[in-house]
Amino acid sequence: MTGFTVLLRKELLEQWRTTRLPVVATVFLLVGLSSPLLARFTPEIIKAVGGDQFQIVLPTPTAADAYDQLAKNLGQFGALIAVLLAMGSVATEKERGTAALILTKPASRGAFLVAKLVAIATTLGVSTAIAAAGAWFYTFVLFEPLPLAGFAAGAILQWLALVAYAAITFVGSTLTRSALAAAGLGVAAFIVLGILGIVPAIGRYLPTGLGAPARGLALGQPGVDVLGPTIASVVLIGVLVGVAWIAFRRQEL
Amino acid sequence: MTTPVTSPMASAAMTAAAIETSGLTKRFGSILALDRLDLVVPRGSVFGLLGPNGAGKTTTIRILTGLARPTAGNAFVAGIEVGLDEPELRRRLGYLDQDPRFYGWMTGRELLELVGRLHGLAGSELRSRVDEMLARTGLTAAARRRIGGYSGGMRQRLGIAQALLHRPEILILDEPVSSLDPEGRRDLLELIAGLRGEATVVFSTHLLADVERICDRVAILDRGRLVTEGPLEELLAAHARPIYRLAPAPGQGATVASLVDRLRAAPWTTDVAAGDDLVRVTVSDPVAAAAGILPLVVAAGVALDSFERARQTLEDVFLELVGPATADDLDGRGFIRPREVSDR
Repeated sequence: MTGFTVLLRKELLEQWRTTRLPVVATVFLLVGLSSPLLARFTPEIIKAVGGDQFQIVLPTPTAADAYDQLAKNLGQFGALIAVLLAMGSVATEKERGTAALILTKPASRGAFLVAKLVAIATTLGVSTAIAAAGAWFYTFVLFEPLPLAGFAAGAILQWLALVAYAAITFVGSTLTRSALAAAGLGVAAFIVLGILGIVPAIGRYLPTGLGAPARGLALGQPGVDVLGPTIASVVLIGVLVGVAWIAFRRQEL
Repeated sequence: MTTPVTSPMASAAMTAAAIETSGLTKRFGSILALDRLDLVVPRGSVFGLLGPNGAGKTTTIRILTGLARPTAGNAFVAGIEVGLDEPELRRRLGYLDQDPRFYGWMTGRELLELVGRLHGLAGSELRSRVDEMLARTGLTAAARRRIGGYSGGMRQRLGIAQALLHRPEILILDEPVSSLDPEGRRDLLELIAGLRGEATVVFSTHLLADVERICDRVAILDRGRLVTEGPLEELLAAHARPIYRLAPAPGQGATVASLVDRLRAAPWTTDVAAGDDLVRVTVSDPVAAAAGILPLVVAAGVALDSFERARQTLEDVFLELVGPATADDLDGRGFIRPREVSDR
């Protein structure tokens, strides 16, 4: 991992200078703030729009609805942003020739890859934290306070799922010189994982399976199985990084 | 980290050769870009790598810098076998690409600081080296500007600065003067010449006058093959045949063609090369040629602007060894077509 610290510093600076971090953090903040609002006011909006024409009885929204709205939005927008962040991370550098600039210096290819993925994970982590903070605060204002530690732990699991989507796209970006091909792999994986997630036996060990324990933690439910899904996703990310490294260290630039 | 593989001739190589290649071959499908290249670059030399477009110069450099993998053969730089993922080798190496690419969002100073840190420089030493290289390459005033706004020449100078920053023992430059103005070109050549004895410099170029000015050894490649290699003076001496240069006055196309035919028919000529405004006559018998050329000029009715007997230059040697490219030799981009080989 020669040069890892130097490259990580460069990658984090790049996330900031190219406005990826501020933009993603802002989008996530909007998602975080809007989720409890949508949960709280959706029945009233439907009622106001429909007037007397609809006689739909909607249950009174709760803090759990606010969390579910957040989880749904992060699971969709968040995953899309994870794919967007990772799609060009290696492919674009190979295409533009900047990978050759760095890799003719004393920097190992492993360090080059891991620094990039850690920087993407950091952007997703900071943004998820901001979204979670905004969502927790508005849930507190509009409904009731949810357990803070559990909510934070749930956010960490949501972040882990986003990092897994980014890692899948990252492998695509490493294997090809096309950011679009990498994005295609990321989106395809998102769809396939969504379908496989329905199968109970394997679903709980996929990144999509992190949703249930994250919800349990956020709502303060007892007996939540966190360990299995978490270890499975961490192992998946590790395997994906290994695949990317094996492929990349044999590539000509 | 794995231990770098050292050359089988490690002890000799460590003292004598900065770079050595053995049977270095590179194929792209059926295209043979590099054909069993055996090359030894002595330590401390300024080594010119010459050849027409498509000769294999950049392919050689890409293998030496670990950006490409040879199909066969091997290469040792600073006694370490070249590989795609070999950070230890790159500590010893400075490299400038023929079309250097940088991060447009960085400033010039930030780029040099990044490169310096990768080479293990820090603190006041890093700052002083960066300041020194910015000054030497004339980029001090632009140091805090984003590289995205740099001109081609400024990017080239930044590339030179990053290649020299850590004072490498081996410096590999691919077409280093291609985007520089005359002043920048002169400064870079002086910079390279000043490294003689301190570092080994390998650079590829089309500009033979530059090579003649600063190189002590040259290698000429053509279609992936090494045509010749050796000390510049020995190369010039080995091919030292008298040359006469005739510059006909403009507008005499037909009569000049007649003169060329007459010269070719003369028993004392070995080669006659005719360009738009110059006829170059290589001779085997200088005494007979001195007496015979001007009568042929008069007989052909050609008026001359100048006539001189000249020492053979590197360009003359290059043209003699490689020969001018014909239209059939060139591809659509103006590159010499590489040789195609059947799949074995």
